[in-house]
Amino acid sequence: MAKKLPKVDVVIVGVGWGGGIIASELTKQGLNVVGLERGKERKTEDYFMVHDELRYALRYELMQDLSKETITFRSKTSVRALPMRSYGSFLLGTGLGGAGVHWNGHTFRFLPYDFEIRSKTVERYGEKKIPADMTIQDWGITYDQLEPYFDKFERMAGISGEENPLAGKRSKPYPTPPMKKMPSMKMFEEAAKKKNWHPYMLPSANLSEAYTNPDGISRAACQYCGFCERFGCEYGAKADPVVTVIPVAQKTGKFEIRTHSQVRRILHTGNKATGVLYTDVTTGEEIEQPADIVVLTSYVFNNTRLLLLSKLGRPYDPNTGKGVIGKNYAYQVIRGGATGFFEDREFNYYAGAGALGIVLDDFNGDNFDHKDLKFIHGASISHTMTGQRPIQTNPVPQGTPSWGKDFKAASLKYINRTLSVGAQGASMPFRHHFLDLDPTYKDVFGDPLIRITFDFEEQDRQLAAFTAERCGELLQEMGASKVEVNGKLGPYDIVPYQSTHNTGGVIMGASPDTSAVNNYLQMWDAENVFVVGASAFGHNSGYNPTGTMGALSYRCAEGILKYHKSGGGMVV
Amino acid sequence: MVVLAQTNNENDQPVSRRNFLKNSGLVIGGLVVGGVAGSLLAKPKTPAPTQPGATPAPTADFNQALMYFTPEQFKVVDAACERIFPEDENGPGAKALGAAYFIDHQLAGDWGFNSRDYMQGPFYQGEATQGYQGRLKRREIFDIGIQEMNNYSNSTQKKKFYELAPEQQDEVLKAFETDEVKLTTISASAFFKMLRASTLEGVYSDPLYGGNKNMDGWKLKNYPGNQMTYSQVIEQDKFVKMAPLSLRDHQHG
Repeated sequence: MAKKLPKVDVVIVGVGWGGGIIASELTKQGLNVVGLERGKERKTEDYFMVHDELRYALRYELMQDLSKETITFRSKTSVRALPMRSYGSFLLGTGLGGAGVHWNGHTFRFLPYDFEIRSKTVERYGEKKIPADMTIQDWGITYDQLEPYFDKFERMAGISGEENPLAGKRSKPYPTPPMKKMPSMKMFEEAAKKKNWHPYMLPSANLSEAYTNPDGISRAACQYCGFCERFGCEYGAKADPVVTVIPVAQKTGKFEIRTHSQVRRILHTGNKATGVLYTDVTTGEEIEQPADIVVLTSYVFNNTRLLLLSKLGRPYDPNTGKGVIGKNYAYQVIRGGATGFFEDREFNYYAGAGALGIVLDDFNGDNFDHKDLKFIHGASISHTMTGQRPIQTNPVPQGTPSWGKDFKAASLKYINRTLSVGAQGASMPFRHHFLDLDPTYKDVFGDPLIRITFDFEEQDRQLAAFTAERCGELLQEMGASKVEVNGKLGPYDIVPYQSTHNTGGVIMGASPDTSAVNNYLQMWDAENVFVVGASAFGHNSGYNPTGTMGALSYRCAEGILKYHKSGGGMVV
Repeated sequence: MVVLAQTNNENDQPVSRRNFLKNSGLVIGGLVVGGVAGSLLAKPKTPAPTQPGATPAPTADFNQALMYFTPEQFKVVDAACERIFPEDENGPGAKALGAAYFIDHQLAGDWGFNSRDYMQGPFYQGEATQGYQGRLKRREIFDIGIQEMNNYSNSTQKKKFYELAPEQQDEVLKAFETDEVKLTTISASAFFKMLRASTLEGVYSDPLYGGNKNMDGWKLKNYPGNQMTYSQVIEQDKFVKMAPLSLRDHQHG
């Protein structure tokens, strides 16, 4: 029998960006919140020895321990899904702050087109533009409705940036100016302008200057040390939940964080949750935490998995297209980029910051005409300088052997003479891309792992080839001696790292028939359960997801407060 | 086109962490969330006693001792690493940089045991896009791979791998890389990939792990290692070369 604790107002599952934002907003209004986090506690002091590429980037210090839990993957239903035994395609966070600790800090707003993607595509190109199996749908919210929440997230995190001329309207400028511009970024800017494209500095959560946010949290400026992604920030310059929202919630005295607490089930009677069951992983003890409101704030995979394990909501069935939990899993198309080699010039390639870069959206969303193209949506095209660390960065021109004397000579020659321009492609959902429970493989507790069924489609191949050409043109204009265009997209392969932008599974929408949560992220099938994360995305845009996920988290917090006040019912 | 940074070149003392913090204004008002400021400024500095004029005796590298490999295995790996990243006119190769010691030490720990990988069954052969699906751990894969390199060298040249001429060693490695060598227990090309990747790790990881001796791997790439800040470098047009710093410097500097 599980030990039963006294009831609280709200229990949140996972203390990363979603959990931290929800906790800070609710505790400020006087609610009692318990945060259950399966991993360990974290603080900035932990990163004293963080400039260690091997430990953090290649041995995944901050990531989920796969020996305890992983995912399984198959390209289609006729293939046997097998576990991701080692890291590759994406990296799963754990511990206080979650994936919000090891991100790079690219903080975009999805385009107005994204939120009404089906309507706007049909309006401009007709129904026939959308392939039969492509399950894009409107999100049940518009950009204008979400704008105040984007602003709130950006002000909390202190995003450094400048206006994107091709994006939705902003109510206010970014709270801090853009980051410093490296010479190669100036080259990108000039080249793009020559082509009449619209470059702008990448919106960055690595602070360009010291900043105090509306919650009274002060953070120092980024030092461009080159250790962001896969690392924690030793300066607190990179916005993460541990240095922003979590301390705000803790200061109220109403937020209790329990680390090493892995939630196993949402407990419910009928269509109302009564609390959660979790395991104290240090003792193995099972504990029940009753609550009036349950908020799932873990990553895409565990939000979906916990609902399926708890038998809450209607599981998605790819054969009928009915059901919603596990629906519209999407990813990111990263292979549409280009590399430029510069014989006569060396760049300070070792320096940089996770979100230091310059970007353009002329080929993103529906900012360009797709009439004669065999895909919809597009990609942001950017040149970033994250600080190229020596183990993982060994650029050589095509045709160079991958080892031996010639490899060594070429990799040493080109290490500081190579620039890349990348495309971050949108990923559309398809009826046969989904998440469900694996029938065979289990986690350390004996619970089924989540299973991904996903592959790249013709849409993705066309998109990658198109954006890679644009990246190549830019590098040519930037004066590269040699340009290699890498636009060939093979089957989805879980081995090489691509992107940790997994989305969908518990998507938002205007109707319970086609979505799992409403536009406050409240479950249609369980009014006191809210599900926060990129799991709510109906598709993935040509951008990093955190900005949009953060805005939705603030929107959700407002919904929870409304629900708490009204004492029940749907808040929309 | 290589210029030296004005404040942090080979002739100057590297910027100490503490002075850096004092000078960069990182100690800020309000609610201090950064751990750097508080914890480090409070640490007292005790300079090491020095004898004027004394030349320090060269100290033995206590790290260069085997934790996992047998001496025979070590010879094979050491020779193979050197072919993957050979000494040339640019500078030292994997052997001088200690890459094989690095691999030995890594196999002795978590990585060698696949401690943080999902190693539960059932085991099925999957598609290439599903990644490694074997039951063998990295240390076992190395055991087999090393043995097979010697077997293949013996059967083709009547010698052990490390007794072959460098060009012959390259032929053996190529045969593994291309799966021309047919193995039953492991994939020859997958073993080669692991060997290549761990050689580069040994060449370029922080010297605390036993490779990248004297930070000479980093010097090959003009990589400055562990630096506190590049704020003064980031906007410069010219390449800024600086003497590398290690994590040991960071902790004791």
